[in-house]
Amino acid sequence: MESSLTSEQKKINAAKISKREKIFEFIFFRTSQASSMFVLVVLLGIFLSLLINAWPSFKEFGFGFFFSPEWNITKNKFGGLIGIYGTVISSFIALLIATPLSFGIALFLTEICPMVLRRPLGIAVELLAAIPSIIYGMFGLFVFSPIFADYVEPFLQATLGHIPGVGILFSGGGNGIGVLCAGLILAMMILPFISAVMRDVFLIVPPVLKESAYGIGCTTWEVSRFVVLPYTKNGLIGGIMLGLGRALGETMAVTFVIGNAQRIQPSLFAPGSSIASTLANQFGEASPGLHFSSLFALGLTLFIITLIVLTLAKLMLIRMQKNEGASS
Amino acid sequence: MSEAMKLKESLIAKRKRTNFVALILSMSAMTIGMVFLLWILSILFIKGFSAIDWSIFANSTPAPDSKGGGLANAIVGSLMMVGSCTFISAPLGVLAGIYLSEYGTRSKVASVTRFVTDIMLSAPSIVIGLFVYSLVVARAQHFSGWSGTIALSLIAIPVVVRTTENMLRLIPGTLREAAYALGASKWRVSLFIILRAAKSGVMTGILLAVARVSGETAPLLFTALNNQFFSTNMNAPLANLPVVIFQFAMSPYDNWVNLAWGGSLLITLTVLGLNIITRILFSDKKEG
Repeated sequence: MESSLTSEQKKINAAKISKREKIFEFIFFRTSQASSMFVLVVLLGIFLSLLINAWPSFKEFGFGFFFSPEWNITKNKFGGLIGIYGTVISSFIALLIATPLSFGIALFLTEICPMVLRRPLGIAVELLAAIPSIIYGMFGLFVFSPIFADYVEPFLQATLGHIPGVGILFSGGGNGIGVLCAGLILAMMILPFISAVMRDVFLIVPPVLKESAYGIGCTTWEVSRFVVLPYTKNGLIGGIMLGLGRALGETMAVTFVIGNAQRIQPSLFAPGSSIASTLANQFGEASPGLHFSSLFALGLTLFIITLIVLTLAKLMLIRMQKNEGASS
Repeated sequence: MSEAMKLKESLIAKRKRTNFVALILSMSAMTIGMVFLLWILSILFIKGFSAIDWSIFANSTPAPDSKGGGLANAIVGSLMMVGSCTFISAPLGVLAGIYLSEYGTRSKVASVTRFVTDIMLSAPSIVIGLFVYSLVVARAQHFSGWSGTIALSLIAIPVVVRTTENMLRLIPGTLREAAYALGASKWRVSLFIILRAAKSGVMTGILLAVARVSGETAPLLFTALNNQFFSTNMNAPLANLPVVIFQFAMSPYDNWVNLAWGGSLLITLTVLGLNIITRILFSDKKEG
């Protein structure tokens, strides 16, 4: 067979194949490149479309949109402060509770837990993260908030409610639906998320570092506190901020339990609104005009806040990985 | 016992005590996490299973306060949207993943893309709903199943991209070099050798993306909306499980709330099932 082809023919064949391959190569390279650019285009598209739709509202209310606590559909006056306040406070409560718990869980999974249980418990935590947020919302509304109203609220009122200054945060109360309840449900939601990141970060610590600390007689807690924690500081903060990013943009879990009242009240038991819950409740019924545009303005605000938080989180995590490269 | 010895003893006792307290706290954190998981799942199973029978798959969503009815329209709508979302996001995401891992290792644009994809992974899904609303629904002047599909795809694509890239990076460079040495061109190597070697990992990514979008509610509120009736028309508002659950759970009617629990159980079983399947897929690959 081989000999039947002259060397001239072989050369022509090779040139043909190489030309064809080059064309395919070009097509494949460009399509794959285009699809990777797609995500960039979408990000820009989201930003632009929100900005365009929000523009009438920004033009009408100016910079004051972010500081006005008025959301009045009948008077056509809109300000974003209620939503921003609700979003920030509920996320802050969530972080306050979820951070130490996640740290404990990650520590347990990497240092304390017997080897046999590590994988199943790790998977259990990841499953908790996979449960859709609407389930957390239903759980919060039907199961958690009644218990919260019957037991937790009276307890907090009886204890923290009497401290001057702080007491006002725990005044009033009622059916369990409110900013604090939303914060607690959010905490449950982001808990597995932060724990998983923290665990992965802890696993990066070189065993030699830990072993040498154990070797000079450190206890597990001392190793964690003085070796693991400093080594993974950036990564931990990154993980916490990733969780914050999730909490800020979370819609369904919050909408079910925050109460959806358009006011700012000092008590954490009182119902409020987050940006996402306002959008979920009002967007369907909004008529074109200022109301519609103001909802887009809220959406843009949320988008920018989460982008900033997530970007900082990613930068922290990247910096940690770079440090790891430098020190080893 | 000398004074110094005593001091040392008490110091050790103190360190041990601190250690003990810290370990107890860490264990209780783990317990709290597990209690929540079991609590949610048990409530879901108790309330969900009592709501599920064959009629839930046979009938469409009922009128408020009536007897019977099911979730058939919502189940079909969800399957259609998640299915078409998979067909859109899987090829796009895998291609983008190949680019990032095989072509874009050193390019600046690729590292920016990687960063943005990571951020889009956690971007608020409701904002994606707003975007698709203004892009598709506002133009077409009506809600539709397709717009819901687009919104879901935008959420799924970053998941597929990132897992594909990570999985392809796990393939040893020697495999690529061996193929190049035989004269294979880069696209053949990427598509027929590297991708094939990482098949189960890439499948994992796609399944994870499906699991992620099948519970997404917020973006569907403004895109697919809901439909009381059985419909397979992707150009019209389409019923889907998450939005039905949302509307029914917030309603004061007992039969609706009951159906919402049934739907929640279905979604959770799907999502958790997919997650477990991915783990089995991936651990098989590691062993083999």
